[in-house]
Amino acid sequence: MEQVASIPATVAERILQRRLRRGYLADRLFAYTTWLFAGVVLALVLAISVALLVGAWPAIRKFGVGFLTSADWNPVTDTYGAVVPITGTLVTSVIAMIIAVPVSFGIAVFITELAPRWLRRPIGTAVELLAAIPSIIYGMWGLFVFAPLFAEHFQPWVIEYIGRLPLIGGLFSGPPLGIGVFTAGIILAIMVIPFVTAVMRDVFDLVPAVLKESAYGLGATTWEVLRYVVLPYTKVGVAGGIMLGLGRALGETMAVTFVIGNAHQLNSSLFMPGNTISSTLANEFTEATGELYTAALIELGLVLFFITFLVLALAKLLLLRLTAREGERT
Amino acid sequence: MAYDGSSARGRVDLRLTGSYKREQTVEGECARQGRVAEAGESAEQAACGSSATTCIEVRDLSFFYGRYQALQAINLELQARRVTAFIGPSGCGKSTLLRTFNRIYELYPGQYATGQILIDGNNILDKRQDLNLLRARVGMVFQKPTPFPMSIYDNIAFGVKLYQRLSRYDMDERVEWALRKAALWEEVKDKLKQSGTLLSGGQQQRLCLARAVAVKPEILLLDEPASALDPISTLKIEELIEELKGEYTIIIVTHNMQQAARVSDYTAFMYLGKLVEFAGTDTIFTRPREKETEDYITGRYG
Amino acid sequence: MSLYVRRRIVNALGLALSMLATAFGLFWLGWLLWTLVAQGLPWIDLSVFSQPTPPPGDAGGLANAIVGSLLLTGSGIVIGTPIGILAGTYLSEFGRKTRFAAVVRFVNDILLSAPSIVIGVFVYELVVLRTGHFSGWAGSMALALIVIPIAVRTTEDMLCLVPVSLREAAAALGAPRWRVIFAVVYRASRAGILTGVLLAVARISGETAPLLFTALNNQFWSLDMGGALANLPVVIFQFAMSPYEDWQHLAWAGALLITGGILTLNIIARVLGRARNIE
Repeated sequence: MEQVASIPATVAERILQRRLRRGYLADRLFAYTTWLFAGVVLALVLAISVALLVGAWPAIRKFGVGFLTSADWNPVTDTYGAVVPITGTLVTSVIAMIIAVPVSFGIAVFITELAPRWLRRPIGTAVELLAAIPSIIYGMWGLFVFAPLFAEHFQPWVIEYIGRLPLIGGLFSGPPLGIGVFTAGIILAIMVIPFVTAVMRDVFDLVPAVLKESAYGLGATTWEVLRYVVLPYTKVGVAGGIMLGLGRALGETMAVTFVIGNAHQLNSSLFMPGNTISSTLANEFTEATGELYTAALIELGLVLFFITFLVLALAKLLLLRLTAREGERT
Repeated sequence: MAYDGSSARGRVDLRLTGSYKREQTVEGECARQGRVAEAGESAEQAACGSSATTCIEVRDLSFFYGRYQALQAINLELQARRVTAFIGPSGCGKSTLLRTFNRIYELYPGQYATGQILIDGNNILDKRQDLNLLRARVGMVFQKPTPFPMSIYDNIAFGVKLYQRLSRYDMDERVEWALRKAALWEEVKDKLKQSGTLLSGGQQQRLCLARAVAVKPEILLLDEPASALDPISTLKIEELIEELKGEYTIIIVTHNMQQAARVSDYTAFMYLGKLVEFAGTDTIFTRPREKETEDYITGRYG
Repeated sequence: MSLYVRRRIVNALGLALSMLATAFGLFWLGWLLWTLVAQGLPWIDLSVFSQPTPPPGDAGGLANAIVGSLLLTGSGIVIGTPIGILAGTYLSEFGRKTRFAAVVRFVNDILLSAPSIVIGVFVYELVVLRTGHFSGWAGSMALALIVIPIAVRTTEDMLCLVPVSLREAAAALGAPRWRVIFAVVYRASRAGILTGVLLAVARISGETAPLLFTALNNQFWSLDMGGALANLPVVIFQFAMSPYEDWQHLAWAGALLITGGILTLNIIARVLGRARNIE
């Protein structure tokens, strides 16, 4: 006690005061800095929206709604309509999801419920690693390896037999080119499978073991446990995973650009070449001459941004509603 | 022990209200007390000096989680250098009450307290109260061990470095002193550089106790410090409380009535956010005044 | 009994389908990797690392593209990570339940799901049009825009995993908030954040679309971030789409390199993450 008193109180106090003041200053400074950078994220997205809107303005003014309803894309006459790339984007994504969702579901089920313990981790890791492979690799493989085999062994057979059927036959007609909308959808599916699988596996793993055990305790089969316990419990996450995959598929550029054929034509057959928004941008953006051409391409980008935004918003809304319903029940 | 911890050496003058904040006001009780403190009295002298004086005085304390009122007009006087136990069934508000003494609840928006808590005559609920200084004077140990993700040495040094600049040698001494206080020194002296998270649960909790003691607080808040530990570790913690109470005002929240009876001098029984009874521990456990207290300690509910 | 038999059959059928799906999925992926090794490995030699990209018909390598990719990825991470970590810190530590944080969280998800080619278009308008030429800086900005939302998300998730009691314990010692965050919260979550950053590196080092309109490509040796810069993904794209066989071979070599690098990074990140779990 005496020793404290022997230190001049003012000196000790001043040091302490300085430390304190510095502490509070640092506190406030740090809080504001983080706030500022959170604001940067917000500003970036606003800037992207505004920049796209400004860049697209000449095309928006010139074509108006017609941009979204016309299939005529002609740089020579300077008229641009986005129907072909928009349909291409939607159709390839839908094909991809039709293939990827059941397959991913199957893999996720296999990993979480069926595979012997020693096999779960390797397969799980393999799937996650494959999700990391850049999309350009999928594109190259699609063009050089998959498309030729597809044209030689699969397409002729499909055109021969399914192409003749009424109603759906028209979707599978034409020459066996290998590349085209359908191929792009398949490549997209292969690319998206690891993503969706990884999410589904994660949510399946979240199901409490007690819940599954009690169902097994009642004598349920593995399939019934999946169908009546795991799936209802995880539907939100599963839907989220599907939406995530859809978002990837819609915005994907490289995997598609290699194999879709890049043709601005609307075709009833899925085996014919087409275009998506992103492949159009990848192919034409740097070569576009003239203000209107560039503006039309930027407007395409804006449309794509908007579509992915819609999918995201839908996914969030779904999640919100489902969690709200869960809340009511408990 | 090379280092005499009971002397005031190394205890920094952590007056409750930072005076640069004090400048902002001239009115009110707090400012008056501020001026008294400024008159050269060291915090030591102002603090819980001699035994059996009042250290913490709670007046009309209410606490709110948003709209929910968790404490209802608590009045309580706690003695310096004694162990006071808060007991009561789950949700009775005993932990909430404990958490008002260092205002740790301020970390969460929507939680607030009304009334007064006087520590050495200073109302710590005052807006001008410097929270960090308050917490340096009022140490806390939590239910689950909370070793920081750093070495055992750094765990202890972390709090000390906040308010004191010690030489390497002094810091080494301080760390050893704190670890000895927590009866952990012999177990860890050869692995001070090892991560604190690698210790066993009981050791981790004693590390947390050492960390709290190292800052040299006057008051120690223990929030069910042994409830996550095995019986042997629990016993060690209880022995430590016994040893520490000569120097610190200790408040312990516990679910375990035997523990309260073993370690505390005074016991407060709380029920539904109200203080039902407060008296010497012997009195509470042998001749409780209230029927609710008797029901609880005889195990009729809770 | 017949009911039980039916249930057994449904079960067996369902499980068989799921196994089939696994075989189906892994079949494509295995095939893809095998192709990559078979087509890429024969063309990887020393010249790939020592010589710049050749004109068609000449011998050459990918040295300038490799260096360019390292520059772009490095600067993209250096720009994007701090922004993302700070914004993530706000969401987890300061804003948690505020309306502003909810908005930022949603907007961050938009950025996370934004097609990378759209980000390329944005940076093109913002930088390339203004400066009048393609540049490495534009490329690294585009990559940073991809890193930011990943870093924000990872940081917030990892910081939220740090137990509240740890923060309370640090605050109870009288530590100011920034000390609590730097000395305790960041430290407790550093392995997780590092894992996230590594995964972000892996992610952007394969990105092609946003570089097409920003860094473009450069046939020659260049370390100048102010001008067009060669990079592996764009070189792979151009060479693979070209009619020249040498170029296609180099594209396969580059594809194998980039995939190998990314998979290695992922494995390192995974090991790091696992080490954290054990601790």
